[in-house]
Amino acid sequence: MEVKLTVNGKPVTATVEPRTLLVELLRDQLRLTGTHVGCDTTQCGCCVIHLDGEAVKSCTILAAQASGRNVLTIEGLAKPDGTLHPMQEAFREHHGLQCGFCTPGMVMMGVDIARRLPGADEKTVRQELEGNICRCTGYQGIVQAILSVVNPAAVKDHHHA
Amino acid sequence: MRNFDYHVASDVKAAEALLKAKEDGKLMAGGMTLLPTLKQRLAAPSDVIDIGSISALKGVKKDGNEIVIGAMTRHFDVANSDVVKANIPALASLASQIGDPAVRHRGTIGGSIANADPAADYPGGCMGLGATIVTTKRKIKADDFFVGLFETSLESDEIVTEVRFPIPQKAAYQKFRHPASGYAVVGVMVAKFADGVRVGVTGSGPNAFRAKDFEAALSKDFSARAIENVNLSADGLLSDIHFSAEYRAHVTGVMARRAVAAAG
Repeated sequence: MEVKLTVNGKPVTATVEPRTLLVELLRDQLRLTGTHVGCDTTQCGCCVIHLDGEAVKSCTILAAQASGRNVLTIEGLAKPDGTLHPMQEAFREHHGLQCGFCTPGMVMMGVDIARRLPGADEKTVRQELEGNICRCTGYQGIVQAILSVVNPAAVKDHHHA
Repeated sequence: MRNFDYHVASDVKAAEALLKAKEDGKLMAGGMTLLPTLKQRLAAPSDVIDIGSISALKGVKKDGNEIVIGAMTRHFDVANSDVVKANIPALASLASQIGDPAVRHRGTIGGSIANADPAADYPGGCMGLGATIVTTKRKIKADDFFVGLFETSLESDEIVTEVRFPIPQKAAYQKFRHPASGYAVVGVMVAKFADGVRVGVTGSGPNAFRAKDFEAALSKDFSARAIENVNLSADGLLSDIHFSAEYRAHVTGVMARRAVAAAG
């Protein structure tokens, strides 16, 4: 079957099977491999993308369900000239990553949290990361990075202060 | 995942027609349970009928003394609905505790109750609040809807269209969350109405049920102390590698008392 959608601002037409997952379309056909598959069971959050501006897990939505809709992946976040999105910059600044596998999903969820919950406190940010698993960092840098965007006053480790 | 034919139903009539026409058709709402089930090949329907974008099935409204939630309304939208928060804050709280933010952006109330997972939150909320499930064919009381493990009284060609919740005087939902899955090990919705108290329980048994001994005690005296010495029998409750039936029975009492305290 044919699906038409917008991915990172560009119109895309692709032929998929009904069972093709959105993440498979993104990674295998469109070669947008920044979106990762960690668990394939809707738990780890490595595959988080934005669908019509909202964070969803791309391993648990059919490509067909995204037809006619707007998809934003980690590749579409930075400006065309390479300038990082403020959330990406915050992850760099606060060392919100180690191996990097969960990072695309963390950043996309971070952007979603910033959109929905400006001014959120640390507890809220941690709760909102319920569906994003990191096995390296212990979350501290990730939480500080997201907090630095949504609520800069709540950031504790101003290591350049 | 086995392959299937995919259909988008533009309205409820089209969904009904597709469901009747296909040998082994399955409705999909948000897909938060169906897609993982298909991936594990626990199900392999011939046709998947996507009803998630039917706009007539979305939205929240107040109708007299009831809050009416369209079947395809997402958990995120219930959790953040001003109407729900103002009238049944316990229900908004319940919705905000389902899964994680990305799951709440997809999963729907109709999908959740039609799936009737024993550990899902909404079935307990429906039982505790005395909801009525409206379908393409009839109105079903929550008491008559959840009949077994992943089993409802829905007929094979029947579609949930909305869920109607009577507005209680006060209510609260307390959940003992499974630390890995986020599902309810035990979830209890306590709701006080003019004519008595309802206590809906999810997670503990094969399907959501009412704890009638708790209800009787709380209808006389709406306080946590009133059910301190009322014990729920472990007979027929679920038991697994993490939590025994006896443990679930005990935690059900703890969650019920917390819910009463939280309702105030």
